[in-house]
Amino acid sequence: MITEIFSYPFLVRAMLIGLFVSVSASLLGVSLVLRRFSMIGDGLSHVGFGALGVSALLSLQPMVVTIPVVVASAFILLHFSEKKKSGDSSIALLSSSALAIGVIAVSVAGINTDLNAFLFGSILSVSRSDGYIAAAVSAVTLFSYLFFYHQIYATTFDSTFAKATGINTGRYTALLSLLTALVIVVGMRILGSLLISSLIIFPASIAMKTQKTYLSVSILAAAEAVIAFILGFFASYLFSLPTGASIVAVHMLFYVASIIIREARIALVGE
Amino acid sequence: MTLIKGSDITLGYEGQGILSGLSFSVNDGDYLCIVGENGSGKSTFIKTVLGLVEPIKGKIEYCGGLKKNEIGYLPQISGIQRDFPSSVMEVVLSGCLNRHRGFFYTAGEKRKAREQLVRLGMEDRISSSFQELSGGQHQRVLLARALMATEKLLFLDEPVSGLDPKTTSELYEMLRELNGAGITLMMVTHDIHPALNDARTILHFSHSGYFFGTKEEYFNSEPGKEFMKEAGHDN
Repeated sequence: MITEIFSYPFLVRAMLIGLFVSVSASLLGVSLVLRRFSMIGDGLSHVGFGALGVSALLSLQPMVVTIPVVVASAFILLHFSEKKKSGDSSIALLSSSALAIGVIAVSVAGINTDLNAFLFGSILSVSRSDGYIAAAVSAVTLFSYLFFYHQIYATTFDSTFAKATGINTGRYTALLSLLTALVIVVGMRILGSLLISSLIIFPASIAMKTQKTYLSVSILAAAEAVIAFILGFFASYLFSLPTGASIVAVHMLFYVASIIIREARIALVGE
Repeated sequence: MTLIKGSDITLGYEGQGILSGLSFSVNDGDYLCIVGENGSGKSTFIKTVLGLVEPIKGKIEYCGGLKKNEIGYLPQISGIQRDFPSSVMEVVLSGCLNRHRGFFYTAGEKRKAREQLVRLGMEDRISSSFQELSGGQHQRVLLARALMATEKLLFLDEPVSGLDPKTTSELYEMLRELNGAGITLMMVTHDIHPALNDARTILHFSHSGYFFGTKEEYFNSEPGKEFMKEAGHDN
């Protein structure tokens, strides 16, 4: 089965992009989940859907529209979440508005547009140029995450202390939102806009159930993301299931398993 | 030697003044207690000294070679997530990030982090997880982090809130030792005991103004007597 998959270039491409995106999203997720920004990923993916719809309507290259729109929305959302307490309502407003615009745009654009592919992703929609963009975005994300690992940790753990000791926390929050926006745009092609936020939220949540240091949470989140992606990808090929949904289902199983492991550990060791 | 100085400062938020005409100074080796009612400008004062907000009028001067980012800060524990997945070493090491270059923490930085933890009586908790610690232990870890940032001046924001009496007096004892070792302390507190026992100077904020002076001057002044009375020390 594996050699069969590798004989289709588009499947190999989709798999590589998916792996890149999974690892990037899981690392960003650790900081986002701990800062209570999980919903931002969800909101941004809806914005991405709206932008995809508009790009279909105007017959523009999807990435050209989605990247600037989602990046701009990321900055607006983070600004609201930090300054005002109304962060969650502004995310909900932006999500549903973008969804509405997207649905209208897709229906006006006509039958050539596959709404399903936008919402739930499609491996077939991944073009060669998508592959290059995905590789570039993931490389930038991984590099900046590793390069600024300590600063991102300090900003996540206690941004007031970090700021007071001279760390430019605003810069790292901006970096985080920029990378999150890019990862969502790229990952949306495979997983679809309704499921992409799971790549950000699941790995971190799963790792936090059992790990107790920031480093081990980061490592386990990335590892879980890779394993879940590969299992979901093969399962979808083997049983002809939708790829995005299969991957999310594997994450869900891992999540349940992590809860069981933690509870068992508490019961046995009494930690 | 003066470390921090402010004269005729107006404190405030988003253009709205809370307190004007504030003059104060913090000297090397000082133990300054900042007391006062809620809403009288204490937290704005902290943010201003830490450089998180700008004063509306005037300027806080950092002298004696003290840089703005050389203030070790111990935030209110309520601002920290107690269930944050992190090792004690990760927390403490993040204190020296302002001077850190490169990806890995150096052996010297790690040794210093261990020394700070040992100094604060946390030697058997070095490899623990932050989540597993008690409230008093959290404060010690955060104190060690602040000491990694600087050994000149610590700014503590209500360090004993939520701690039991025994842990509280242990923390005060520790602060006394740090001050004795030459570390300048600035502490915001609702508790009269450190002000009575350990402080050298007092900065009192109230809605009608402020008092700044030595401990002896303070407890002979009107706001000082008032504070004593409220705390039940009026005999």
